[in-house]
Amino acid sequence: MSARDLVIEAIYLAASVLFILGLKSLSHPDRARLGMQQAALGMVLAIVGTLFNHEIIRFDFIAVALILGTVIGYPLGMFVPMTAMPQRIAISHMFGALAATLVGIAEYRIHQQAMPRSTMAALGFEVLFGALTVTGSFMAFGKLQEFITGKPVTYRGQNTVNITLFGVAIAMFLFLIFRPGTPAVFYGMIALALLLGVFMVLPIGGADMPVVVSLLNSYAGLASSATGFAIQNNVLIICGALDGASGFLLSVLMSKAMNRSFGNVLFGAFGSPQPALAAGAEAKDLTVRSVSAEDAAIRMAYAGQVIVVPGYGMAVAQAQHVVRELADLLEKRGVTVKYAIHPVAGRMPGHMNVLLAEANVPYDRLYDMEDINPEFERTDVALVIGANDVVNPAARSDPQSPIYGMPILDVDKSKGVIVLKRSMNPGFAGIENHLFYAPNTSMLFGDAKSSLTRLVTEVKAL
Amino acid sequence: MISIIELYVFVLAAFVGYQVITRVPPLLHTPLMSATNAISAISLVGSLVLAGANRDTVSNWLGFIAVTAASINVVGGFLITDRMLKMFRREPKPTSAVAMEKAGQPGGGSR
Repeated sequence: MSARDLVIEAIYLAASVLFILGLKSLSHPDRARLGMQQAALGMVLAIVGTLFNHEIIRFDFIAVALILGTVIGYPLGMFVPMTAMPQRIAISHMFGALAATLVGIAEYRIHQQAMPRSTMAALGFEVLFGALTVTGSFMAFGKLQEFITGKPVTYRGQNTVNITLFGVAIAMFLFLIFRPGTPAVFYGMIALALLLGVFMVLPIGGADMPVVVSLLNSYAGLASSATGFAIQNNVLIICGALDGASGFLLSVLMSKAMNRSFGNVLFGAFGSPQPALAAGAEAKDLTVRSVSAEDAAIRMAYAGQVIVVPGYGMAVAQAQHVVRELADLLEKRGVTVKYAIHPVAGRMPGHMNVLLAEANVPYDRLYDMEDINPEFERTDVALVIGANDVVNPAARSDPQSPIYGMPILDVDKSKGVIVLKRSMNPGFAGIENHLFYAPNTSMLFGDAKSSLTRLVTEVKAL
Repeated sequence: MISIIELYVFVLAAFVGYQVITRVPPLLHTPLMSATNAISAISLVGSLVLAGANRDTVSNWLGFIAVTAASINVVGGFLITDRMLKMFRREPKPTSAVAMEKAGQPGGGSR
């Protein structure tokens, strides 16, 4: 190893350490920012170090691509609104996987004639998962951005088709390990993986997106790691492994929060019509109590404790700032206001936290499910804003319900519940929610943001 | 040829990753995603070599696209993570009894 290579390796090692410290700093919000800035420094070091690599002999492509990437990346970092964060994250998985896949293809083109099997295995894995993540993330992006329908797209025999395609792709992968010098199989596998990415995400509905986005995060990381194996670069292996571990862990947490297995999320096509039919009929003999903004405002203003339960509806209505305004008014009147965050509320892990933080809600007011659930019994008003399945008591009581067993926020145990909802249409999963018919529940119909604005006006007038 | 050392590196890094990331509270799961995404854009390192090695025209262009894609994630990823983390603030002045109680058990965001 030449002195120059040694220096580059030392820089990579330093960068790896900075990255791990950066992730470690995320265990506390007060230290997180500084830690991540150090990680960014690590990245700059690694990039500058790489430019001294002896293999690099021309800089024109590099320079233009870096400028182009910065020009596209800057607005994606600075101007994307927090409400659009799920699709922003989804598309970034696509870029990461794309880079890994292209490096894999280029390596294969150059070395295909004399490729050791172990390298081929790494490369094959890299392009297989990379290509799948490219199209899968694009589909997820499309669904979240809503230029592709957010509803599950299903057809008869879908799972059979997907599993067969996946099986064929794996078979091609194994074939390549034994016969690396067969480009037709290699490119065929890539084409199939691209197709698979589309097919895998098609049947998955919006409410299941937290799992899918986490899983794609994991795949993108594993593809990067495999790139590291293929080009024998340790810093790539390390960072890919970190990303892979993070995505995997998040997917497990999200699946647990929905009481479902990976397999069920990927192949279950949640929200297919059957549950809605059964529940719809039975709901007819139940009555709904609606409440005026004035009455709702009075109940909250004279409450001891109010817990706000935000859901995807709050994000859609961009209502987080009005929520904060209402909470401020209530607090001035001596009401304790807390926020209950379900792990899968919204469209990605931590979605609600980011939105509320954006609205300047102090993070020590945001409570996780386990911490807040015992509090509902002592709560006068639980204010449910655009959340549905995560507060559905059927998850505890009705074994027939498709969400049975999913841990939920025990909103129904509070003395009173006020639900802000557009109409009585069942939520995304098409499951009837008995919380809305409970004797202690009042519905305040209308767009979440305008309802909250009315509440703010009413509380002010008191 | 892949050496066994690389497998060691992978397994240990995955283990460290798992340990570190289990400690990240759900509060910060979105910044965690964007942070890991930005960090894994280190694949830029591989893309840079590809784009600059001048092997042939196709490789150059593959490298060009790869560098562009990866640097989008580096720039955009770190910026957006910072933008999010900047927003997470604790309560300004814990004076009331309620806030004191909360300060005693800072379980608000942790698991």
